[in-house]
Amino acid sequence: MILHPGILALLVGSLVTLLLMLQACWLGIQILFRWDSSSCSEFQLQLERKTWLVSTLLNYALGFQILSGVFYLATLEDIHRLFVGAMCATGALNANLVGWLVLVVKVILFFAASLWVVINRLDQRTEETPLVRPKYLLLLLITPLVACDLYLQFSYFSGLRPEIITSCCGSLFSEQGESVASELAGMPVRQAMTMFFTSFGVVFSLLLACLVSHAALLRSLLFISAVVHFFSALAAVVSFISLYIYQLPSHHCPFDMLQGHYAYIGYPLYAALFVSTLFALLPGLCHPLRRHPGLEREIIRREKRWLISALAGMLIFLLISVWPMLFSPFVLLGY
Amino acid sequence: MTRQLKILEHTLASLLRRKAKNLSLLVVYAFTIATLGSVLFLTHALKTEASDSLAAAPELVVQRLAAGRNELIPVAYAERIRALPGVEKVTPRVWGYYYDALVKANFTLMGTAGEAEQIELLEGHLPSNPDECAVGSGVAAIFGAEIGDRLVLIDSHEQNRLYKISGLFSTASSLLTNDLILLPETTLREFFAIDEQRATDLAVEIYNQREVKTLAKKIRFHLPDTRPITRSEILHTYTTIFNWRSGMMLAVTLAALIAFCILAWDKATGISSEEKREIGILKALGWETADVLAIKFWEGLAISLTAFLLGIVAAWLHVFVLGAPALVPILKGWSVIFPDFPLTARVDLLQLLTLAFLTIVPYLACTLIPAWKTAVTDPEQVMRN
Repeated sequence: MILHPGILALLVGSLVTLLLMLQACWLGIQILFRWDSSSCSEFQLQLERKTWLVSTLLNYALGFQILSGVFYLATLEDIHRLFVGAMCATGALNANLVGWLVLVVKVILFFAASLWVVINRLDQRTEETPLVRPKYLLLLLITPLVACDLYLQFSYFSGLRPEIITSCCGSLFSEQGESVASELAGMPVRQAMTMFFTSFGVVFSLLLACLVSHAALLRSLLFISAVVHFFSALAAVVSFISLYIYQLPSHHCPFDMLQGHYAYIGYPLYAALFVSTLFALLPGLCHPLRRHPGLEREIIRREKRWLISALAGMLIFLLISVWPMLFSPFVLLGY
Repeated sequence: MTRQLKILEHTLASLLRRKAKNLSLLVVYAFTIATLGSVLFLTHALKTEASDSLAAAPELVVQRLAAGRNELIPVAYAERIRALPGVEKVTPRVWGYYYDALVKANFTLMGTAGEAEQIELLEGHLPSNPDECAVGSGVAAIFGAEIGDRLVLIDSHEQNRLYKISGLFSTASSLLTNDLILLPETTLREFFAIDEQRATDLAVEIYNQREVKTLAKKIRFHLPDTRPITRSEILHTYTTIFNWRSGMMLAVTLAALIAFCILAWDKATGISSEEKREIGILKALGWETADVLAIKFWEGLAISLTAFLLGIVAAWLHVFVLGAPALVPILKGWSVIFPDFPLTARVDLLQLLTLAFLTIVPYLACTLIPAWKTAVTDPEQVMRN
C-alpha cells in the first residue's frame, strides 16, 4: 500500500461519509417502520424531527461524495508518477484494476445521491410528505453503495504496488486493441461525430420542447435520450474530443485532459456533462410523482429551473468540446 | 440566493457576538490545520527539490555487484556499453565517501577531468593541479575555510594530504554540493588507491529517453555482474520515500485530528442558554428548521474556511519562511552535515484539497448532530425555561 497523503484523505473522507450514512440508515429504518402521518403522538413528532437529521446527514454525505469523486481523479493524476509506464490516471487505474470499479461506483453514487437529495427537497416542501417510505427505501439502497465505495477504494489503494509496470493510456486507448476502450478509440471520427451531434441535438430540442409543453411523453423521451447522450458524449470524448484537445491524431486518453498542461480543461468538461445529464433526467423521473397534488405544484415550480440548468450544462460542454475544433490549428477531417 | 446571503449575514453577526467562544475553537482548528499543512508543504517541497536536482543526473548509472555488494567497475566495461546502439556517451566516474574524524562529518569526494573550467555557481575555478580542490559551502563552513586555504585529508594509506581550495560552490547549489569535495581524478585515484583500470560507476547518456529501459536490460544481459540504475527509478524511490514519510507523519497527526474533533463536538453540543433562546425566538418568529440548519451550515463553513486560511498561512510561514524547524529532523533525514537550503515555495491545488478533505470534512461531520439538536428545539420549551 502506498501511504500517500491524498490516499489517506480519501479513505478518511469515505469513512466519515459511511458513518454519516449508517447513522442516517439507522434513523431511516425507524422511520420506515413506524411512520404514521395521521398520528399526533409524541413519537411521531420525534420521527418528523428526525427526518430533518436524516436529510442533513444525507446532504453533507452527498457533498463529501461529490468532492471525493473529483479528489479521487486528482489523486490518481498525482500518484501515476509512482508507476513505471504510467503517464496519467489510466496508468494508475491499470496498476490495480479495482480502480476502474471505484470510478464506476462513484459515478453511480453521484447520480443516486443527487436524485435522493432532489426528491427529499421536493418531499419536504409539501405538507403531507407523501414520499417518506420510498425515500427511505432508496436510502437503504444507497448506503451499501457507499460501503462498497469505501471497501473498493481500500482494496484498490492497498493493492497498488509501485514496482508493477503498468500500461498507459497510449496502449489502452489505442486503435488496435480489442477492449471496449479500443473500440471507442478506433471508431471512425465522422461516425462518432454524427452520433454525438445527433444525440446532442435530440436532447437539446427535447429540453426546449419541455420548456413550452407539459406533455408526459416528451419527458420520458428526454429521460431516455439524456441517458443515451451521456454515453455517446463519453464515447465522443474518447474518440474525437480528446484528439482536438491534445491536438494529436492518435491520442485518445480521457484522463490526460485533467492535467495541468491542458489547463485542467477536463474538470469543467466532465462537470458540465454530469450536471446537464442529472438535470435532464429529473423532469422524466419526477413526472410520475405528479399524482400527488402537493408535489405537482412543487415540481412545476422547479421544472423550469432544471431544464434551464440542463441547457446551460449542455452548452458549456458543447462550447468546450467544439472550441478546439473551430479555433485550433489542428485539422482532423478534410483528408 | 438573496435568502441564503441574508442568512449568512445573520450567521456572521451572531458569530461575532460570541467572539470568545469561537476564537478559542478557531485557534485550535487553525493550529491543527497548520500542523497537517506543514507536513504536506514540507514533503512536497522536498519532493520537488529532489526531482529538480535529479533532472541533471545521468539517465543511467551502471554499478558492478560482486557477492551482492558494490564493487569497483572495470573501465573496460565502458567500451562495451558504448558499443551498444543508442548510447551517446559513457563516462567512468570516480568518487567515494570520506569520514573526517576531526569534524565528525561525512564528505563526498569526487573526481573531475582536471580542466580549470569556470562554471556557474562556482566561485573560483575547478581544480586543475593535482593538489587543488573545490569544495561545497557546507565543507567550507565546517572547516571555516576560504579560497586559497589548505584542506587536510587523510588518504587510504593514513597519509596526510594537503589540498589548496581553488573553488567554492555557492549556497544556491548546496542541495547537490553541500558535502562535496572535488579533486582531479588522478589525485583521487591515488587518495583512494583505485587503479587506472577501475572506476566507482559508469554514467551512461542515452540519445532517446524511451530506450533507457531497453538499454538497461541489454547491459544486464551482456554484463551480468552489473546493476544498471535508471534516473526514473531513483526518482520513484524518492517520491515513494517522501510519500511514505509524510503519510506516516499524517497518520500520527490524525490522533490530534481526532482530539480536535472531540473538542469541536463538545463545543457544538454545549451551546449557551443565550444561544438556545436566540434560536427559540427565531423559530417563534417563523423561522423553519431548514433555516436554522442553514445558519448552522454557514456557521460551520465560515469557521472552517477562516481556520483553513489562517492554518495554511501559518503552515506556509513555518515551512517556507522559518524553514520548518519542527519537522525537518524527522522528514529530511540527511547525512551528518545538513545542507541548509531554502525550500522553493510551491503549493499545488491537490495539497490544499487534501488538507481540506482531512480537516474540514471531519469537522463538519462531527458538528452535524449537535446542529440538528439545536435546530429542532421547541421554541415554546426554550422560552419557558
